[in-house]
Amino acid sequence: MISGFVFRALEGRIVAAVGILLAIGILVPALNLLTPADSALHIPTYVMSLFGKYLCYALLALALDLVWGYCGILSLGHGAFFALGGYAMGMYLMRQIGSRGVYGNPVLPDFMVFLNWKELPWFWHGFDWFVFAMLMVLVVPGLLAFVFGWFAFRSRVNGVYLSIITQAMTYALLLAFFRNDMGFGGNNGLTDFKDILGFSVQADGTRAVLFFMSALMLSLCLILASAIVRSKFGKVLVGVRDAESRVRFLGFRVENIKLFTFVVSAMMAGIAGALFVPQVGIINPGEFAPANSIEVVVWTAVGGRGTLIGPIIGAILVNGGKSFFTGAFPEIWLFALGGLFIAVTLFLPKGIVGTVQHGLKARQALKAAADAEKGRGDAAAVTQAQAAE
Amino acid sequence: MNMISEARQKSLLYLENVSVSFDGFKALNSLSFVVEPGELRAIIGPNGAGKTTMMDIITGKTRPDAGTVLFEDTIDLTRQDEADIAQLGIGRKFQKPTVFESHTVWDNLELALNRSRGVFATLFYTLSAEDKARIEEILETIRLTHRRQEYAANLSHGQKQWLEIGMLLAQEPKLLLVDEPVAGMTDAETAETAVLLKEIAKTRSVVVVEHDMGFIRELGVKVTCLAEGSVLAEGSIDFVSNDPKVIENYLGR
Repeated sequence: MISGFVFRALEGRIVAAVGILLAIGILVPALNLLTPADSALHIPTYVMSLFGKYLCYALLALALDLVWGYCGILSLGHGAFFALGGYAMGMYLMRQIGSRGVYGNPVLPDFMVFLNWKELPWFWHGFDWFVFAMLMVLVVPGLLAFVFGWFAFRSRVNGVYLSIITQAMTYALLLAFFRNDMGFGGNNGLTDFKDILGFSVQADGTRAVLFFMSALMLSLCLILASAIVRSKFGKVLVGVRDAESRVRFLGFRVENIKLFTFVVSAMMAGIAGALFVPQVGIINPGEFAPANSIEVVVWTAVGGRGTLIGPIIGAILVNGGKSFFTGAFPEIWLFALGGLFIAVTLFLPKGIVGTVQHGLKARQALKAAADAEKGRGDAAAVTQAQAAE
Repeated sequence: MNMISEARQKSLLYLENVSVSFDGFKALNSLSFVVEPGELRAIIGPNGAGKTTMMDIITGKTRPDAGTVLFEDTIDLTRQDEADIAQLGIGRKFQKPTVFESHTVWDNLELALNRSRGVFATLFYTLSAEDKARIEEILETIRLTHRRQEYAANLSHGQKQWLEIGMLLAQEPKLLLVDEPVAGMTDAETAETAVLLKEIAKTRSVVVVEHDMGFIRELGVKVTCLAEGSVLAEGSIDFVSNDPKVIENYLGR
């Protein structure tokens, strides 16, 4: 039963994508660690970290695609789940600092000492334990998605209204996390990390492992997402997207279907955030900014929603473009992003991957039609020949 | 009183004094209506008579302000939602054909099949030989065997209507509510649909809402005429179409 579920996921394109991702996940760290710094093949550490960041964004876009591309839920607040996963990882990394902080307090992180706090707040307990922190990376975004989805989907909030309240959700979290007394470092967030599982976060080796983990988690989530959308459940999801009332009148509980997908997607976004934080070295409330969540929608749309692989390509391309433009022509970037979104909406409504797929299908159909035509022609020739005899 | 309770006990669907209003407009005005097991019933009536509202109430989309709606004499439908009611065995075809356009004909039927509909049951579902045979059988019934791998979006209007009826069959309902099945169909398609519905009604109750009097005559069944939210007349097609009130309210116009 489970093997069938996984087996279905491994359709040609997905296998190829996973192969490429894993190859990148091994090759890039290898070129970084094993080649001398002056070699032409050497990949500098900052480039590796930058690509690692793109892989995390790609995972976030994949998570959004699952709810938006397949279930029709346009979440404009997926950045919130990403940031919560990031904060859970950040809290673990803060606890690893121990007494090496500026104030040298063995128990309290620097910002708490600065605020004159006397003891660790209850919700910080357990985060010095890696396994617990990783559990929270899944549980916290998942729980928020569950509670939010429970109310929203049960009350049948749909379409643009749902988008607006997801946007409000991430904005509310942004404001909350900005406050110092929330206990998450306020405006500055969590930073100045020292080590992860005993290895220095700045070391090339640690960064290489983090890069590989990003590629691996992206691959695993891609397989999971593929298994979901290719199961009967996935077909129901598309049904919900295209004709929700029909699904309801067929006897499915649409609210449960949406809730399950939303929670799985939020957990994926949480994993992306958790891998992002040690690679960039900071997490602050800025990650909750509504504009961030909207950018994720742009990546997904550019790559092609409802294709799983498209959003991964979209996230990497758009962020690659962003890194290039903000370095080379910082003043043009926002115009380029705006122009890109308009161009994609006008000329590539299915996104890059969607358009390519569509083109291939159309060619196949043409070829099939031509073959059929030829077959008929041959048959006609045969009958003519027979008639002549 | 005795007669009423007897009618109720034998009924598959029982509506008594059902009323509902939207912003002061009485869409249904103490409507009473009984469908027996195995019955094929046609419903006619002018626009705004409450035909679609009645279906909304039976399928749980709308809650009535007052009245009783019972299924198999014991189940109060006003307390259930759409998914519950569908699982109880009431299928509904919409006025505008509503199928999953980005799925193939086959997948449409597979989704409709009366199997466990939970999240995990569907995640780990694999098509069994029995389910396969059932889908083949339905494809045969709705005359779409040759188009099984076609996307539903590429079907003609009439074929979409049939596919939707096929999906309802896959649901294995005890009661089928069909809203204007032949609207927009060619004459040949209409005639074929009448045959199809009569075939379906052999094993379950069917309620058909239709404007096409020719089609209803072809069905040859008991007709209920609604107007202004209540029953105007009920009986054979000839009886109803000769009723002066029906002529005034509906046919004469």
